[in-house]
Amino acid sequence: MPFDLTFLWQTFVSLLSGIPLALELAALSVATGSLLAFGLALMRVSRRWWLDLPARFYIFAFRGTPLLVQIYIIYYGLSQFPALRHSFLWPVFREAYWCALAALALNTAAYSAEIMRGGLLSVPAGQIEAARACGMARILLFRRIIVPQATRQMLPGYSNEVILMVKSTSLASTITIMEITGIAAKLISESYRPVEVFISAGAIYLSLNFIVARLFALLEWSLWPERRKNRLQSNIVEKKGELHA
Amino acid sequence: MDYFQLMGFSADGWGHDMLRATGMTVAVAFIGFAVGLIFGCLGAAASFSNAHALRLAAAAYTTALRGIPDLLVIYLFYFGSSSVISGIAALFGSQGFVGAPAFLTGALAIGVVSGANQTQVLRGAVLALNKGEVEAGRAYGMGPLLLFRRIILPQAARYALPGVGNVWQLVMKESALISVIGLVELMRQAQVGAGSTRQPFSFYLTAAGLYLLITFASGQAFRLAEARTMRGLRRGI
Repeated sequence: MPFDLTFLWQTFVSLLSGIPLALELAALSVATGSLLAFGLALMRVSRRWWLDLPARFYIFAFRGTPLLVQIYIIYYGLSQFPALRHSFLWPVFREAYWCALAALALNTAAYSAEIMRGGLLSVPAGQIEAARACGMARILLFRRIIVPQATRQMLPGYSNEVILMVKSTSLASTITIMEITGIAAKLISESYRPVEVFISAGAIYLSLNFIVARLFALLEWSLWPERRKNRLQSNIVEKKGELHA
Repeated sequence: MDYFQLMGFSADGWGHDMLRATGMTVAVAFIGFAVGLIFGCLGAAASFSNAHALRLAAAAYTTALRGIPDLLVIYLFYFGSSSVISGIAALFGSQGFVGAPAFLTGALAIGVVSGANQTQVLRGAVLALNKGEVEAGRAYGMGPLLLFRRIILPQAARYALPGVGNVWQLVMKESALISVIGLVELMRQAQVGAGSTRQPFSFYLTAAGLYLLITFASGQAFRLAEARTMRGLRRGI
């Protein structure tokens, strides 16, 4: 079968229509997942075993099993319980969209919680002591000292997680959701031309992830004013060094 | 039928099937991991090469396969090789779709994907080496092969172990995706059981528990191995 440019272009155009749904799934699951993750991270650093232990177990369970199993448990598994099928929640759990969203959010929460915990732990103890010595109450200390520094510390790790989530939305196609991969699978089974479809879909995912990575790099740059200054200074120092040498 | 009868080992229990499928999951993940290790070594070697084209190829490989969903790669490998096989079968008079062997294409697909992650891990391990040691080895007159065997490999393997362990856990979980092309591993077996007994929750939860068991056990194994390779090494922190 010859490589067909017209077919490639047609495929690309029909795959474009899956982008909004994929982005919507990724954005909503990252947003709700990050709220949940924040709570889990706080539980992990709370130093109270009855808070730490459940969070630890949650993270262990969701990071130790495939996302596909989690999606299937929610979408197919929950229907085993007649009590749920007859409850007011059923219209929500009957929809593949909400099930995929729930599974993605619960999954990313487990990974993000550990990233956030790393960020929280990276705040130097001296700064927290200094803030306490200044008489800051817990909430104020948290808002002014801990969160801003923890946020920018965890950004590189978190941007990786968001890219993983963009990729993970492809699993929603296994429960009938027609996002990019869902459309791609349909096109492959209709045309038997996996290479062209793969190239188009791959290019779309790569560009989406490239944009996400750039956005996070921009955010990191805007949150580190002193690093920008330092880089400028270190550049000047380097130039001077070159001159002396 | 209650849960323990359902997952039991009696004649109409699903215990045997689930365990056999778990074995299949471990097997396909292991082959995929091994393929990934080979691709990772090639990728890392290419990334350190003097040839510009090779470095570029390694960068393109890691960027592309870490940015594209694994599911798409599995589809490409399965349907791609199937259409080649169907084409060959058509020469011998067969008509219609001939499926490629799911185990082989699946293991190869997750191998190629994990190879991209493995490239990054191995690259980082080589970069962590003390440059002075490599120079000292050269100064002793070691050829590149001897230098690699005696100086680079033993130390890089030590630095790479934690990252390699992470890649194994990823491959383990990605292997569930091979169920979409029909290989009867743990995930597919759970689907079959769920379909024929109408107890999806029991089956998927059991599958989740078995995955958890494998990831937990292999995590412990990697921790032990790490402790062993790090023995006799002074730690800064």
